[in-house]
Amino acid sequence: MSEPIKFVPKRDIRVDWQLIAEMIEPGSSVLDVGCDDGQLLAHLTETKNVEGRGLELSQHGVNICVANGLSVVQGNADTDLVYYPDDSFDYAILSKTLQTTHQPHVVLEQLLRIGRRAIVSFPNFAYWRCRTYLAFTGRMPMTNSLDIPWYETPNIHFCTLKDFTALCEKMEVKIEQSVIVKASGEVMTRSTYGSFANFFGADCIFMLSKKT
Amino acid sequence: MSINPPISDNQTVILGKETPLKLDCGVTLEAINMAYCTYGTLNADKSNAILICHALTGDQFAASRQPVTGKNGWWEIMIGPGKVLDTDKYFIVCSNVLGGCMGTTGPSDIDPKTGKPYGLKFPIITIGDMVRAQAMLQDYLEIESWFSVIGGSMGGMQTLQWASAYPERVFSAIPIACAARHSAQNIAFHEVGRQAVMADPNWLGGDYYASDKKPTAGLAVARMAAHVTYLSEAALHRKFGRNLQDRDNLTYGFDADFQVESYLRYQGINFVDRFDANSYLYITRAMDYFDLVEDHGGALAKAFEGAKTRFCVVSFTSDWLFPTSENKDIVQALIAAAANVSFVEVETDKGHDAFLLDTPEMFKTINGFLQSSAKSRGLLS
Repeated sequence: MSEPIKFVPKRDIRVDWQLIAEMIEPGSSVLDVGCDDGQLLAHLTETKNVEGRGLELSQHGVNICVANGLSVVQGNADTDLVYYPDDSFDYAILSKTLQTTHQPHVVLEQLLRIGRRAIVSFPNFAYWRCRTYLAFTGRMPMTNSLDIPWYETPNIHFCTLKDFTALCEKMEVKIEQSVIVKASGEVMTRSTYGSFANFFGADCIFMLSKKT
Repeated sequence: MSINPPISDNQTVILGKETPLKLDCGVTLEAINMAYCTYGTLNADKSNAILICHALTGDQFAASRQPVTGKNGWWEIMIGPGKVLDTDKYFIVCSNVLGGCMGTTGPSDIDPKTGKPYGLKFPIITIGDMVRAQAMLQDYLEIESWFSVIGGSMGGMQTLQWASAYPERVFSAIPIACAARHSAQNIAFHEVGRQAVMADPNWLGGDYYASDKKPTAGLAVARMAAHVTYLSEAALHRKFGRNLQDRDNLTYGFDADFQVESYLRYQGINFVDRFDANSYLYITRAMDYFDLVEDHGGALAKAFEGAKTRFCVVSFTSDWLFPTSENKDIVQALIAAAANVSFVEVETDKGHDAFLLDTPEMFKTINGFLQSSAKSRGLLS
């Protein structure tokens, strides 16, 4: 049996969620892909009055969401996004889930098909702590935000900031906004994402749209 | 007309006197009896009414004593003050389905044309017909839209039919452990049950009402076979294993040596006292005919196009009668129709019957869903 359901609203909201919330127009419709226990959805519903829906792989997470009144279904980002109609949401959000999918580029395509905008956040694997960890210990990096050993982590497709922008270019996706965040949670830059950001940035948040 | 009873047991109304009920099979029923129970109080703007749709062998006594068996209502675990279907907040309506045998018109009732019980002269009914009859009850109660329609198994089929046929009359819908079409396997099990009834010499071609003997043996076998499908291998093993019934050794005969046999025989024998064999034939047939996919040209999403109704679909991991995969087909269609849908698969080893039992995760799910639906309907202060 699964663990008992409990919902502990966090006073300090995850930094990438706060930044995602900043990007979202009040009253818009939002699909959160990989919504976990629904904290981001609840935050967006509360602060931005969004019409929120969620897709979550873990049954435990889904059950918490629904018990808390959120509209969430159990499903897999890799296989179940195909059921959503085109342009059915203002925003399709993927917060720290991209690296867990089997086909990140296909998931990105789906997000941009379903949402008029896609918002994606992910950890930057080129962050200097990751680089030095690998360089000096010869082991897979474990940091504060990447704290699960390689054999247990759900993260199967890590990428760097540069990798991601290269993919956006290849997919001809328009980057509308970007925010690079330091490990401290401080915003490092919003406009550039060169080698400096790729070295010092711990987390990245992008808002994307289809090129017209 | 003012209908506002706090608790009201088993009322019967005659519906369709002016606008008769047209059935899918083409026959028109001039007037029908509709038996129903209500719990709780209808609010002033009639926005807090919940319709409960019962399963194949259920009845309107969802939260009150069943008059034949004297047992508690079949969903008392869900309905009552402070419970998930809170009678302090909601006005709960549960009606006996068309074709049933607890007061709503069915094959055991008198055919006005002959003055004798219908028997097999009763027209074939569908889930759509059951829901059409319930819609007549909704009109009679002057309830413009149900706050929620909820049901498990065949009740879930009715819930889907409601949302599809009368989207504007259903604010939220909770189909539990059901499917948009009855599977070949389920039709097969129903056919076993029907053949058991029909093979009983006392069935008399369905014309047994005047006879001293009823087709109880056949109906009991039908119930026993069906009852196995409501459980799971794990639940049967947990409850009975290979334990022997009131004996230390095998008898080398065909007595109920095993507890599981004794249990099934008990289920069968008890069932025949409260259920009409012909009703069993008609209602299983209605389930077999249910195919919301085919009704919408092969695209289930079309059944829910443009629906404003909020949906919460619930399935159970050990339900092999209406497995999660079939419930997920509904969810995917709702997603494709851009409907507001939640879906929870509850982990339990209790099988299909889990929706009738103490299943805390289901309670939490439905409670959360109803709370947020109540909020969006302005029912909560």
